[in-house]
Amino acid sequence: MKKQIPILIVFVTGLIMVLQFFVPHAASEFLFTYANDFVIVIGILALPLGIFSLMRGTVIKARKDPRERFYAIVTIVGFLVMAIANFRRDSGPDSLAQNLFSYVMIPCQATIFSMLAFYIASAAYRAFRVRTWLATVLLVTAFIVMLRIVPLPEPFSSWNSSLVQWILAVPNMASKRAIIIGVGLGAISYSMKIILGIERGYMGGDK
Amino acid sequence: MIRAWDAAARALRAPGRRRKAGFVLQRLLSLAPLLIALSHPIAAIAQDSTLVVAPLLSPPTGLRVGDSPDDNGHGVLARWSVAPDDAELLVYEIWRGPSPTAPDSVWFQVGSAPRGSEHFVYFDEDASAQGQPNPAFVASGEPIHLRVRGRSGDGRLTAWSGAATGVGKGNWFHRGKTNILVAVLLFGGAVAWFINSARRGKELYIRPIPGLGAVDEAIGRATEMGTPILYVLGTGTAGDVATIAGYTILSRVARRTAEYQTPILVPVNDPVMLAMGQEVVKEAYTQAGRPEVYRADNISYVSAMQFPYVAAVNGIMRREKPATCFYMGIFHAESLLLAETGSGTGAIQISGTDQVSQIPFFVAATDYTLIGEELYAASAYLSRAPAQLGPLKAQDYAKLAIILIIIAGILALTLAHWDGILRLVRTPV
Repeated sequence: MKKQIPILIVFVTGLIMVLQFFVPHAASEFLFTYANDFVIVIGILALPLGIFSLMRGTVIKARKDPRERFYAIVTIVGFLVMAIANFRRDSGPDSLAQNLFSYVMIPCQATIFSMLAFYIASAAYRAFRVRTWLATVLLVTAFIVMLRIVPLPEPFSSWNSSLVQWILAVPNMASKRAIIIGVGLGAISYSMKIILGIERGYMGGDK
Repeated sequence: MIRAWDAAARALRAPGRRRKAGFVLQRLLSLAPLLIALSHPIAAIAQDSTLVVAPLLSPPTGLRVGDSPDDNGHGVLARWSVAPDDAELLVYEIWRGPSPTAPDSVWFQVGSAPRGSEHFVYFDEDASAQGQPNPAFVASGEPIHLRVRGRSGDGRLTAWSGAATGVGKGNWFHRGKTNILVAVLLFGGAVAWFINSARRGKELYIRPIPGLGAVDEAIGRATEMGTPILYVLGTGTAGDVATIAGYTILSRVARRTAEYQTPILVPVNDPVMLAMGQEVVKEAYTQAGRPEVYRADNISYVSAMQFPYVAAVNGIMRREKPATCFYMGIFHAESLLLAETGSGTGAIQISGTDQVSQIPFFVAATDYTLIGEELYAASAYLSRAPAQLGPLKAQDYAKLAIILIIIAGILALTLAHWDGILRLVRTPV
């Protein structure tokens, strides 16, 4: 029963949502909106669970692992300051919460994101190493594509631009669409398996 | 009129008469409507401030208003026959009124259709606009009164068509999605057929997927090195198909790690995913007969935001030095940030995502990548259960059918200039 009831719920709700896609009636739209709202409600109700998990894990680290203590304390203090700042009713552009978000949170996020530039360089170095003929094709293609942003003299610039457009619009687009079609069919097939109860791995196992 | 303009000009030019200029201009402005009427011999000023043409052009005829198909009941379809003077017109204006016999002053325009048009879908599902009741709202089941007239480029109008009344009703099937329904039914039939074939004992071939073949090797490596396994479910939500596929692989990986007693760390970015992840791993440990090894703290919530999540997971990688990293689910810009950090720690890495834009990053930075649909094939590939293999085989045949449709479409368009196949596969926006 522990597995049968969830599978039954998944089957009934899955079937209803599939049928809903084909029904434009206002009742069908209401059902879809209501179901999506319910997902948001579940997410909000689960938030205390996430906060409890975060705080529990951080406090344990702070108490037991000296290497982690500093970072754990920063996490706890950061969480408390942000939470208290958001308890205040003023939510204008000059509020403490907004300032913390704009001048602490966003710069930190931008710093993490900016690391992507270095990682792209190191990943490109590994990807472009000529080990096989496929890697050679990749290297040559990437070289041609990157050459487009270099100010070459005419007529090389026009030739290269046309070649790059062809590479992006034909072989590149064809492979992307092949993957997208595969993903679409895979998602439909996988959804059918979930609705029919064939796929139960997301509930912890097949038994 | 020319004398009046000359008088005004003289008044403005003469130094002694400048004080009278304002008076003359005021008189001229008061005569403006008359001057406009004189310069357009066939026009007169209408009550609704538009230029009414006299004589009026012939109106569109045979106006009928009925339910608009394939909608939620907040639309009506107006049909008419084009006006005899259609060639002289620019647009047809569709006006709405409270009743067919209501005075002109209470009718208002709700849309327009280019000349030559013989129908118009009037759709408005917003009961209020900017906090006020929306007069253009089409209430389902209530009569809507419309009438039509034509307008030429130079402002001439036709007479009104007769008013017609129709009622919008919610429809129970979208006819534009018939092709999708047929495709889904065919695909569902194929899935059932292949599941049945596999259950009867027919061998179904599945091509080798190196990324899935390396799962056991990767878990074994972590066990030998005595370091944990890191399993990242991406930044999707628990409702995404790719995330659910990630949970399926997590279940199998967790069962192996339970058998080998290797710790598995699962940092997640969503509280719902946390609950699911804990349940999946706990169940896998129970099935492996090692429930006492399960540690709920190893499946932890770190942050709902993308880059704080990346920072937390990268920190775990740097500190815990996992021997094996799995990335299964939906990834965005964080894919390379995670994979490169994992690569820097020397971990063997297996990734899988259905996000086309992130696949190249994973291919470049991880050892094995499940490309697109391979992520969904994982459970069938690892279990080899007939019920799992059937849909996979149906998927292959669906791909073959799509390839044939593409080839047929190319040939039909190139050789016969026939776009029927395009109409066949078109879906409503």
